[in-house]
Amino acid sequence: MIVVVCVKQIPDPADPGALDPDTKTLKRDVKLILDESDSYGVEMGLQLVDAAGEGEVRLVSMVPNSEVSGLRTALAMGAESAVLVSDEALAGSDALSTAKVLAAAIRRCEPDLVLTGTESSDGYTGTVPAQVAELMDLPSVTFAKEIAVADGVATVKRQTEDGYDEIECSLPAVVSVTAGVVEPRYPSFKGIMAAKNKPVDEVDLAALGIDPGTVGWAGAGQEITDIAEAPAREAGEVIVDEGDAHERILAFLDDLKIL
Amino acid sequence: MATDRELADEIVGTIRAWIERDVVPNVAQFEAADEFPQAMFDQMCEFGLFGATIAEEYGGLGLDITTYTRIIEELSRGYMSLAGILNTHKIAATMIGRFGTDEQRRRFLPRMCDGSFRAAFSLSEPDAGSDTGAIRCRAERDGDEWVINGTKMWVTNGMRSSLVMLLARTPDDRITCFLVEKDPGESFEGITVSKKIDKLGYRGLETVEMSYVDHRVPHTNLLGGDEGLGHGRGYALSALELGRINVAARAVGVAQAAFEAAIAYAQQRETFGKPIVQHQAISFMLAEMATKLQAARLLTYDAARLADAGERVDVEAGMAKLFASEAAFEIATDAMRIHGGNGYTTEFPVERYFRDTPLMIIGEGTSEIQKMVIARNLVDRYPVE
Ligand SMILES: Cc1cc2nc3c(=O)[nH]c(=O)nc-3n(C[C@H](O)[C@H](O)[C@H](O)COP(=O)(O)OP(=O)(O)OC[C@H]3O[C@@H](n4cnc5c(N)ncnc54)[C@H](O)[C@@H]3O)c2cc1C
Ligand SMILES: Cc1cc2nc3c(=O)[nH]c(=O)nc-3n(C[C@H](O)[C@H](O)[C@H](O)COP(=O)(O)OP(=O)(O)OC[C@H]3O[C@@H](n4cnc5c(N)ncnc54)[C@H](O)[C@@H]3O)c2cc1C
Repeated sequence: MIVVVCVKQIPDPADPGALDPDTKTLKRDVKLILDESDSYGVEMGLQLVDAAGEGEVRLVSMVPNSEVSGLRTALAMGAESAVLVSDEALAGSDALSTAKVLAAAIRRCEPDLVLTGTESSDGYTGTVPAQVAELMDLPSVTFAKEIAVADGVATVKRQTEDGYDEIECSLPAVVSVTAGVVEPRYPSFKGIMAAKNKPVDEVDLAALGIDPGTVGWAGAGQEITDIAEAPAREAGEVIVDEGDAHERILAFLDDLKIL
Repeated sequence: MATDRELADEIVGTIRAWIERDVVPNVAQFEAADEFPQAMFDQMCEFGLFGATIAEEYGGLGLDITTYTRIIEELSRGYMSLAGILNTHKIAATMIGRFGTDEQRRRFLPRMCDGSFRAAFSLSEPDAGSDTGAIRCRAERDGDEWVINGTKMWVTNGMRSSLVMLLARTPDDRITCFLVEKDPGESFEGITVSKKIDKLGYRGLETVEMSYVDHRVPHTNLLGGDEGLGHGRGYALSALELGRINVAARAVGVAQAAFEAAIAYAQQRETFGKPIVQHQAISFMLAEMATKLQAARLLTYDAARLADAGERVDVEAGMAKLFASEAAFEIATDAMRIHGGNGYTTEFPVERYFRDTPLMIIGEGTSEIQKMVIARNLVDRYPVE
């Protein structure tokens, strides 16, 4: 079974990022790392391949600048190979362009199953997985918390607000994996060493047969018109216990619709 | 061979991430109960830590001493006992790798890579610690076997290990090292764990007294073969020389943790209307702690670098161990002072650093012994014509 996992490489959230005032997008000229949101997809993929007893996990990633360190992390965890789409013309891509590029790259891997995160940590539109599925004409299942595969069918527990739905769909399919549903493994030292020699197939738009005019700034259907500082956090409400604190906290949480 | 720098950074970074996510939040529980941290141990096996320095031809990773030193530092920053779980194993692997016969290397090293076959190192006795030549445990030859009788003290990992590097007196009245294979547990064919030592710190892993009554070891398990007879002490001291870099790395790791705790606390705790870090007495203490920490780390890395280059490190390893262990104890003590009353409670980790750091002063040669080693070798290096 070939499981393709889409992994985004993002600026390290631990280092304060910056927006470029000219393009109004995130500066990506720093070292990029594996988006933690995608480590769950990688783990899920590895577990499914283990359970199947055959096959492998292949990675697909799109970046503007040939970055591979995030891919190396996922390869060290146990993925076998990666396709890296890198092309200067990709700068400024919106989510739909990203999905087009990913779909073309995924096709090269001949997947039985495609896994993604539910949303990335930096762009977090949460739209790419469904777009990829649509472009590839494959079933789309989102917010998976458990996946089982048997006889060409995936059975997915799909998280909902008050529980989960159980969904069956034919394979191949695109399934987005909810963060936190599996415990991503640490790479072993052997894995880290082996990752250095695993194949990363770097391709550009021409290799994927994509017209540069349809992606990047040129192809973006989305335009960022303005950026502004996030408002500073306001002081919270202090509840002093006068015997009724528990009731007031409950009412407060109720207002927020957390309960 | 030198480990690629980028690879080393990734390995050390992986350990650091694990320590922060899975070790630091859970240490207190194992420490309080003096319970073996099984899940942490399992993850150490998964990483491949037990084979980290074993040569690749035997299935290990062949990491260099500098990389291993950095790993030990990270482990100790989280929980010094984890470094202890590894340490005797590493000493044993070094001894077999350096002094074992070809056959012994092939027989033992491949089994020692995944943590399922662990090793202890047993030199000390009730009446022989610093004075290694005073050991009394005896080995008598009987055909193809050696018969062992005696009592060993301070055997760290002694109960859970499958192999003990045992130093015993042979009939030539010299000291020989035997590879004692056993089942993990409290007793095995004349070997008995006669006592588990209750320690001030370094908890979670066992340090035991072990007695041997007519335990038989095949002659093929005499380290170094026939040529090894009578050379055990030299083999052990040679491995302990590298071990000192290790102990220094542990001291640096714990000192780093103590310093970080102190500088954080000093900025949060307020007295007389300001954070205590703004009282000069406290800020000067922090400045001295950081300076000692940096000096300790550089001495340690320098000794590791020289060892990797194949240079003599008798003086440098001794200096690193002497300075780093004493500095760590002082830094831990200062961290505790900075925490005031809180530092004296188990709510904060500094009391553990305070209990753990003295071991680095005592184990693998006390500070006094380090000074003797350093001084002796200095005279060697600076002879008068
Ligand atoms: C403000 C902004 C600025 C941007 N600037 C740039 C830019 O300068 N240069 C540029 O190249 N792109 C840029 N992008 C594109 C962006 O980084 C994403 O690749 C794209 O918009 C996908 O959107 P998302 O991150 O919201 O994905 P989501 O839909 O939230 O992601 C869901 C999942 O889709 C998969 N996925 C998403 N993106 C990728 C990817 N790139 N590779 C592999 N898998 C992926 C992952 O599995 C992820 O977990 C920008 C996007 C935004 C919103
Ligand atoms: C927790 C723990 C774990 C240990 N694990 C192991 C292990 O796994 N394997 C093992 O073999 N051993 C182990 N040891 C033993 C350790 O190596 C010895 O305790 C150490 O070498 C000191 O020996 P000693 O306790 O006999 O002290 P002693 O040798 O009795 O020393 C007592 C004091 O006298 C000083 N002193 C001794 N001789 C001189 C001298 N000539 N000049 C000046 N001062 C001197 C010492 O510095 C010390 O201050 C462990 C010890 C501890 C505490």
